[in-house]
Amino acid sequence: MKAFTQHSGIAGPMDRANVDTDMIIPKQFLKSIKRSGFGPNLFDELRYLDEGQPGQDCSHRPVNKDFPLNKPRYKDASILLARKNFGCGSSREHAPWALEDYGFRTIIAPSYADIFYNNCFKNGLLPVILTEQQVDVLFKEMNAAQGYQLTIDLVAQKVIRPNGESFDFEIDVFRKDCLVQGLDEIGLTMQSADAIKEYEKTREASQPWVFGAIK
Amino acid sequence: MSGKTVYDKLWDSHLVKKNEDGSALIYIDRHILHEVTSPQAFEGLRIAGRKPWRLDTNVATPDHNISTDPAERAAGVAGIPDATSRIQVQTLDDNCDHFGIKEFKMNEMGQGIVHVMGPELGATMPGFTVVCGDSHTATHGALACLAHGIGTSEVEHVLASQCLVTKKMKNMRVTVEGELGAGVTPKDVVLAIIADIGTAGGNGHAIEFAGSVFREMSIEGRMTVCNMAIEAGARVGLVAVDEKTVDYCKGRQFMPSGDIFEQAAEYWRTLVSDADAVFDTEVSIDGNAIAPQVSWGTSPEMVVPVTANIPKVEDQTDEVKQKGVERALEYMGLEGGAPITSVYVDRVFIGSCTNSRIEDMRAAAKIVEGHRVSSSVKQALVVPGSQMVKEQAEAEGLHKIFIAAGLDWREPGCSMCLAMNADKLGAGEHCASTSNRNFEGRQGSGGRTHLMSPEMAAAAAITGHIVDVRTFSGEQS
Ligand code: SF4
Repeated sequence: MKAFTQHSGIAGPMDRANVDTDMIIPKQFLKSIKRSGFGPNLFDELRYLDEGQPGQDCSHRPVNKDFPLNKPRYKDASILLARKNFGCGSSREHAPWALEDYGFRTIIAPSYADIFYNNCFKNGLLPVILTEQQVDVLFKEMNAAQGYQLTIDLVAQKVIRPNGESFDFEIDVFRKDCLVQGLDEIGLTMQSADAIKEYEKTREASQPWVFGAIK
Repeated sequence: MSGKTVYDKLWDSHLVKKNEDGSALIYIDRHILHEVTSPQAFEGLRIAGRKPWRLDTNVATPDHNISTDPAERAAGVAGIPDATSRIQVQTLDDNCDHFGIKEFKMNEMGQGIVHVMGPELGATMPGFTVVCGDSHTATHGALACLAHGIGTSEVEHVLASQCLVTKKMKNMRVTVEGELGAGVTPKDVVLAIIADIGTAGGNGHAIEFAGSVFREMSIEGRMTVCNMAIEAGARVGLVAVDEKTVDYCKGRQFMPSGDIFEQAAEYWRTLVSDADAVFDTEVSIDGNAIAPQVSWGTSPEMVVPVTANIPKVEDQTDEVKQKGVERALEYMGLEGGAPITSVYVDRVFIGSCTNSRIEDMRAAAKIVEGHRVSSSVKQALVVPGSQMVKEQAEAEGLHKIFIAAGLDWREPGCSMCLAMNADKLGAGEHCASTSNRNFEGRQGSGGRTHLMSPEMAAAAAITGHIVDVRTFSGEQS
């Protein structure tokens, strides 16, 4: 997993509460055998005027020009500004996969659905929690300025605004460490690689049949 | 200090590391993969630039959404009609080839439903930890394994590290003493257990099945029982090692031989619960009293003996139960109070990882031999659990008995157990099924499943309705 220490980028809006995972990535795309490639179908129903099908080339589909993220000024957005209870609904890990594949590295919202929040960390995506007032301030500033850029400093736990002022945010120490070091759960287990090898050695000495059977 | 249960012994012998938060790193001896829950795990490995930790532990096969139709199967992967299924099967082949994982491909000898294949090839050995991205992995517990299902993220975790981060479960013992009557099978035993303890009865526990009924039971029968531990809420079900276990293992493809086998067997024989082991929960059931069982509703605990009537809403003790029974009766299109034998069946399915082994095939063939499937039955499928089961059944001429009786003899796969391929129930159709789940829509949207043993399903195919196999004469009514 990519390490996350600090990220600067353009902020883009998803200005509604209770955005559910089916809105983030509709169910017809779950048949995919992949974990990547969901980016073109992120927010599919809002983003396009037609109904999306899996495996389709999205570059020729009719685009909903009124959907904010389709506007040129947000084209390179990598920070998603959102409202409360973001990511509610089903537990599909495809939701953070789609956000990440699209190019988002951070979401800023007043609150998230639990499972979605957890799933983000498994996939290198940082969900920042600010108060509703603070999120409001960011929305206003973003709407007022083209190319509105924020810096998320995970180490210092700060969201730094263009004027140099910043908002502090809270995050669980364990999760922060994992992101800062770029460790996913597998990565964490791999830190015990020596213990695993040691275990295998002992086991093989007493139970040789456990090893080498499948050829 | 009190003694250890089989589960305690398995846990202790696979503990790599204890974490401060109470979780532990557990070593996995055998990992079985199939086409549906593995593609994202393999892709995850690729993206992270990781390799499987060990190759000689993984074994893969396609089973969930392959066709069981002989003509479609003969056309190979390209002949799978549904494009998404075809891509999934092809992807499994590609991933296994790419990473060097042993796979039994769709039409290769050895292929089969993951939980039939593992034990019969000797890939599942007593004392192992066994995982698979499928909730019926407890099947392998019949060989005294710590076996359970895992999710896609965990499939990747096991591929990469050979370990899982997990917490220890509680111990539960279900003891069934006595002697089973004629016509009463392992399926009836496990259905009776689920009816007794409920679908949440085993939550958070590893269940050990103990008592004379299981000691007398064949290994295949024990697999049928452990298979459905998950329907009783337990991720793990197991039976201690005895001489039947050791005999079953002899001579199988991946099993050790010679001195190493003897050394292994000596260890396996220690996998019994100590006399002074303490179980957190104990249940006992009278084996003499178990009759053939049939599910009438939409949860595996909605089961009655074949001699009983379908429950009535008003007989339920509390409101929650009344609502549950009411909703289930409505979905199933049944009348409370009617005898369960009054239910006509439109289709019959003999197969699935619960009941598709050679003993199941033999038992079903014995019932249908010399009879004809009722004209009111649209389809009666017999789907062997693996290529090896199929080959053995054909060597014994069982397929001819089925075909002569008007049943379809198919290619191995999960088939109508979960209806990911073309083998499905139509809306409103009743099915006598040897599978393990009777949830709404499980065997096809609007389909109505009645779980039962292979003998009972075979008898229902002939009579056209649910019938007590103990009084079955082959006459159609
Ligand atoms: S037969 Fe049914 S329960 Fe068994 S592995 Fe296949 S789909 Fe799952």
